[in-house]
Amino acid sequence: MQIYFPIAELSLNVFVVLAMGGGVGFLSGLFGVGGGFLMTPLLIFIGVPPAVAVATEANQIIAASASGVIAHWRRGNVDIKMGLVLVAGGFVGSTAGSFLFKLLREIGQIDLVISLTFVVFLGVIGTLMLIESVRLILRSRKGTYRKKAHQHYWAHGLPFKMRFHKSKLYISVIPPILVGFFVGLLAAIMGVGGGFIMIPAMIYLLGMPTAVVVGTSLFQIIFVTANVTFFHSINTQTVDVLLAILLLAGAVIGAQFGARFSGRLRGEQLRALLGIIVLAVCAKLIVDLVFEPNDLFSIGETISE
Amino acid sequence: MNQFVVSCLLATLYTSTAAGQALVADMSENSISITSNFTGQDILLFGATDGPSDVVVVVRGPREDLVIRRKSRVGGIWMNRRSVTFHSVPAYYAVASNRPLADIASQALRTQHRMGGAFLDFPLAENSPSITDEELIEFRRAILRNKRRDDLYFETEGSVRFRERLFRTSIVFPANAPEGDYTVQTYLLRGGVIVDQDSSPLTIRKAGLERTIFDLAHDQPALYGIIAIVIALASGWLAAAAFRRT
Repeated sequence: MQIYFPIAELSLNVFVVLAMGGGVGFLSGLFGVGGGFLMTPLLIFIGVPPAVAVATEANQIIAASASGVIAHWRRGNVDIKMGLVLVAGGFVGSTAGSFLFKLLREIGQIDLVISLTFVVFLGVIGTLMLIESVRLILRSRKGTYRKKAHQHYWAHGLPFKMRFHKSKLYISVIPPILVGFFVGLLAAIMGVGGGFIMIPAMIYLLGMPTAVVVGTSLFQIIFVTANVTFFHSINTQTVDVLLAILLLAGAVIGAQFGARFSGRLRGEQLRALLGIIVLAVCAKLIVDLVFEPNDLFSIGETISE
Repeated sequence: MNQFVVSCLLATLYTSTAAGQALVADMSENSISITSNFTGQDILLFGATDGPSDVVVVVRGPREDLVIRRKSRVGGIWMNRRSVTFHSVPAYYAVASNRPLADIASQALRTQHRMGGAFLDFPLAENSPSITDEELIEFRRAILRNKRRDDLYFETEGSVRFRERLFRTSIVFPANAPEGDYTVQTYLLRGGVIVDQDSSPLTIRKAGLERTIFDLAHDQPALYGIIAIVIALASGWLAAAAFRRT
């Protein structure tokens, strides 16, 4: 059954869209990741204009994060104060990102920039995941355990200190604002939540306790992706609500199955698998960038008279 | 398409051409609605002539300013480098005829009436950077090639079928056919000369939910953004609640 999507302006098979939502949802439930970094490239691969893919995926992530944050909230694992500081940086970053996005679109470079940022981030993250999990698999065979991550408190030296009770931190607000800004920028350009940057940054850069990291990250993602949705709606009219709803329906169901399935596989094997998937998507993007396209010419935007 | 209705219409047309008009043509529909199940649509164009002749149908979509870009290799990566803007490019263009256009009309006539993509003439927009004539030809050809690949431009010689003095052809509008006002021009030629012609309008519009969503996104973008956010938040909340109970 085909459905015509009014903003993407193309007709897609409903079951393909639902299956994509379900598949990425399954992976996100399985691995505990957002899935935006897989969904946006997949949408582009099936022919959705990159700008629409990014903006629509940002819209879908709001739903995924809202549904995910509730469980963390009930357990008290959301540092609201830290979340709001990150959101402050995130608002500025994502708003700036949205205007940068509009500008890049006008000069015809948005598709390239989206692909390149995905190649860089997917490449780095996929490789790190793979290396880390292989190392863990090898170590667990030897029967030793990984030491607890060393925490840096270099942020103590900076001004504008604030006390974050839940995270048991007394640090300057500058690092979290900068982290929020950077992740917000990525959210606007890539259509991702940015948890894959945010979570390591919270642990290693800000020194937050791991218990509150996921909940706080989801909490701030809701606000930042909402801001991205809002500004992309205003600046480029590229949010396809119909597409977002269908993806979301698939993703919600997929995530539940993924979460149930995740208990059966070991963590390091899971991470190795995700690393391979991420690298495969990255490789496909590289191939598209490096190989000579079938037609060097392409039609850009059109303005009706 | 109801064959019986068409036959009746054709019978009426048949008698009307006897009454003096050289060409009578009509279409099965004059408007296309893009609704959620839209996957493209074919429109039947049919008519009658007053004797042995050739028929050429030219369909033009709404005109638009169009940016076309050329990729070059930069540091191993293909990226858009050159770009020009053309003015008055038909968003959709189709030509149907009963036999090869070259056999029907002279090049001068085909140029004059833009019968065939090669004869389309769109000027460079005023604000477009100046380019050489060779580049201009290359860019124009690229537009035709891209549009053909997207099924928005096509020429189907031989798709107009005659049965005695009655003719019919079907015009294909793909799912990505843009919204707007189209014109369907039917030419009747005899011995390379246009004897009669007929022009009919055709509109393609988004309708129903697709119309509502598209209009809201463009007319009230802030409200649209807020609605998109609220829908996402509500469904996220709902999903969490639903799966908590199970």
